[in-house]
Amino acid sequence: MAESEPRLQTTEINVNMGPQHPATHGVFRMVLAIDGERVVDVTPHIGYLHRGSEKLAEGLQYHQITPLFDRMAYPAAMNNELVYCMAVEKLMGLEVPERAQYIRVLMCELNRIASHFLFLSSIGLDTGALTPGLYAFRGRERLMAFFEAAAGARLLPNYFVVGGVREDLHDGWKEQLSGVLSLVEFDTDEVDKLLTYNEVFVTRTRNVALIDGRTAIEYGALGPVLRASGVPYDVRKAEPYMVYDRLDFDIPRGENGDCWDRYYVRLFEVRQSLRIVRQAMERIPEGPVQGLRRPTGIRPPKGEAYARSENPTGEIGVYLVSDGSSNPYRVKVRPPSFCNLMALKHLLREAYVADIGVILGTLDIVLGEVDR
Amino acid sequence: MRVLDIVFLIMGLVLLFVGLAVVVMFLTWLERKVLARIQSRLGPMRTAPYGLLQPVADAVKLVFKEDVIPNWASRFVFWMAPILVAVPAFMIWFAIPADRELAIYKIPDASNLFELGLIYVLAISALSTVGVVLAGWSAGNKYSTLGTLRAAAQMLSYEIALVMAAVGVAMLAGSIDLESIVNAQVPGTAPIAGTRWPHAIFAVVQPLGLVIFFLAGLAELSRTPFDIMQAESEIVSGHMVEYSSSHFAGFYLAEYMNTFAIGALVSLLFLGGWHGPLLPGWLWFVIKTFFVVCLILWVRGTFPRLRIDQFMSFCWKALIPLSFVNIAVTAICLYYGWPAWGLTLISLAIVIGAGYFLYRQISAPARETRARFHQRQEAA
Repeated sequence: MAESEPRLQTTEINVNMGPQHPATHGVFRMVLAIDGERVVDVTPHIGYLHRGSEKLAEGLQYHQITPLFDRMAYPAAMNNELVYCMAVEKLMGLEVPERAQYIRVLMCELNRIASHFLFLSSIGLDTGALTPGLYAFRGRERLMAFFEAAAGARLLPNYFVVGGVREDLHDGWKEQLSGVLSLVEFDTDEVDKLLTYNEVFVTRTRNVALIDGRTAIEYGALGPVLRASGVPYDVRKAEPYMVYDRLDFDIPRGENGDCWDRYYVRLFEVRQSLRIVRQAMERIPEGPVQGLRRPTGIRPPKGEAYARSENPTGEIGVYLVSDGSSNPYRVKVRPPSFCNLMALKHLLREAYVADIGVILGTLDIVLGEVDR
Repeated sequence: MRVLDIVFLIMGLVLLFVGLAVVVMFLTWLERKVLARIQSRLGPMRTAPYGLLQPVADAVKLVFKEDVIPNWASRFVFWMAPILVAVPAFMIWFAIPADRELAIYKIPDASNLFELGLIYVLAISALSTVGVVLAGWSAGNKYSTLGTLRAAAQMLSYEIALVMAAVGVAMLAGSIDLESIVNAQVPGTAPIAGTRWPHAIFAVVQPLGLVIFFLAGLAELSRTPFDIMQAESEIVSGHMVEYSSSHFAGFYLAEYMNTFAIGALVSLLFLGGWHGPLLPGWLWFVIKTFFVVCLILWVRGTFPRLRIDQFMSFCWKALIPLSFVNIAVTAICLYYGWPAWGLTLISLAIVIGAGYFLYRQISAPARETRARFHQRQEAA
C-alpha cells in the first residue's frame, strides 16, 4: 500500500501567453501548461497577423508586389524585396547592372544590421536589461536615417524594383554612410560590452534551450538559429547571389546551440555585415542602376522560378509561377521565421516560465512573416 | 504634559509622512532621470524645468484613474493588500534616526521599543511580503499567482542572508540600537570593552557584510537583478497586474519608500550614518542615503534579471554561507581582539575570492567562447 501514502495534490495550470503580452514579440499566442515554474506543454497559435499577402499578390502587377514583401519581415524590409525581385529576374532571365547589385547588397547588409539590432534590444528586454536595448535602438535609428535619405522611407522603403533599384543613391551618401558606420560600430561594441560576458546575462542564456545541429536541421531551422547549433550554412556562401562571391566575409558558427550562441552569432554577423558594407562602398562602380527601360508593366514569360536569399532571420525562398500575363499566377513564400518557429516546442520543453521570452526572442520571429 | 507629548508625536508622524512622500516623489523623478542618462536619453523634460513636476503629474493621473477590482477577486483582501504593503514601508521609518536627536522615537514617551532598532527594522521590512503575497493571491490572475509564489520563495531565500549580515554589524558595534551602531563607527568614540579597535566605518571593517547586505537588500526591494517577482517581460509585474489607480499607487509608494529605507539602512549600518566633516549631520545622512540609492539605480541600468531558481541557488549556496562565514570571522576577530585592519583584510579577501570564483564559473567560459568565435574567423 505504498502508493496510498498521502501526497500533496498538484495540477498543471494553463496559462494564456499572448497575443498581447510584452514578451511574445508580436501577436503570437501560446497556451502553456505549466507545473510551477516549469513548462510542461505549449500550444502555439499563429495567424493573428494574417493579411493574405500571397493571395493579394496574385491580383497585383509584378511591380506592385514589392510593398507587400516590405510588410512581411518589416525589420528587414529590403532583404524581402530583394528575394522577390530576384525571383522575377530569374523568370525573365534579366541581368541586373553591377552598380544596382552593389547597392542592393549594401542596403541588405545595412538592413541586416538594423534587424539584428532589433534582436539585440529585444534579448536585453527579455532578460530584463533595458539599457542595451536603447543603445541598439540608437544605432538602428542612425541606419534608419540613412534609409530615409536614400530611399525616402525609414522602415518600409520599397526601394528595390525588378531589374535594379528605384533610383541611385543620394548625393554625398558615402560621407553620410561612413559616419553612420563608425557610430554603428560603436553601438555594437557597447552592446557587446554590456551583455556578452555580463554574469547575469550569461547565467540566463548559457545552456538554456539547447538544440544540436542535427535536431535543428530536422526541425528545418534556418539562419542564425542553425548556425548557432554549429552548422555553418549561409545562402550567401552556399549559393552566392548578387555580388556576395566577390566580397570577403565570414560565417559564424556556434558551439552549443544555446541562447547565448544564438545571441552571439547575431552580434558577430553585425560585425561581418559592417565589413561587407565597407567593401561594397569601396568597390561600387559607376553605371546605371536599372536593367529594364522602366520597371512597370512587366510580363515575364510563362514558367516558374524559385529564388532564395539569406534574410537576417534565415533563408527565405520565393516560388513564383507566371502564366504570361501581367499578374503572377502564384507567389509562395517560404518564410524563415515560420520554419524557426517549428523548433519552439522542442526548445520550450522543460523550460522555465521566465525563459519563454528569451527562447522565443532568440528565434527572432517576425509575426508579419510567419502569418503573411 | 502628556497631552503635549502626544501632540508632538502626532506632529512628528505627520511631518515624517509628508517628508517621506516628498522624498518618494523626488525618488521617482531621480530614478527616471538617472536611468535616462545611463541610457543616453533625456528622461522627463516637459513638466517644469527638467521635468521636476513629473511625479506630481503621475500622482494626479494615478489617483484619478478608475479603481478596477476584478469580479473574481477576493474583494476585501484585494482591497487591503496594498495597505499591508505600504504601512510597513512607512513603519520602518519610525526607528531610523537621521541625526543625533532627529528621530520619531526621540520624542519623550514615544517608545523604548526602538532601542531594539535593528531587529524592529528587519522584522517590519519582512512584513510587506505578506501584503505582496495576499495581493497576488487575491487577484485571481495566473500571472499574479506566479508572481506571488516567486515572492514567497524569494523572501525565504534572501531574508536569512539579510539578517545575518546585520548580525555581523551588531557584533562589531556590540549593540542592536541603530544609534549605537552609528556611533561605534566614529574614530575615537564608543570603544568596545576589551578590544583594540580603531573605529572606522563598517564598510571598511567588514566589506563582506556590506556586499551581502546590499545584495540581499536589492532582493528585498525586488529590484534588478532580483526583480523576479515583478518581471515585466515575463509575468507583467506579477502581483500588481490587476491593480490600478490609488491601490497601484500604494505599491508604488511602498516600493520607493523601501528603496529609500534600504539606502538609509546601508548608510547607517555601514557608512557611518550622520557622521562626516563640515556639513550638518542630517545632510550627511541624506547624502549617503542617496549615494546608495543611486547605486541601486545604477545596478538597475546595467544588469539583466536572474531566474527564480538561479536566484535561490545564489542565495542558498552563496549569500547565506558567506553571511555565516562573515559572522564566524567577525566573532574570531572580536574574541582574540585582533585589530580592525585584520578583519578588513580577511573580509576583503573573501569578497575578492568569491568574486573571482563567480567570474571563473560564469563569465570566463563566455569570454573563452567569444574568443573562439573570433579565432575561427581568423582561421577561415
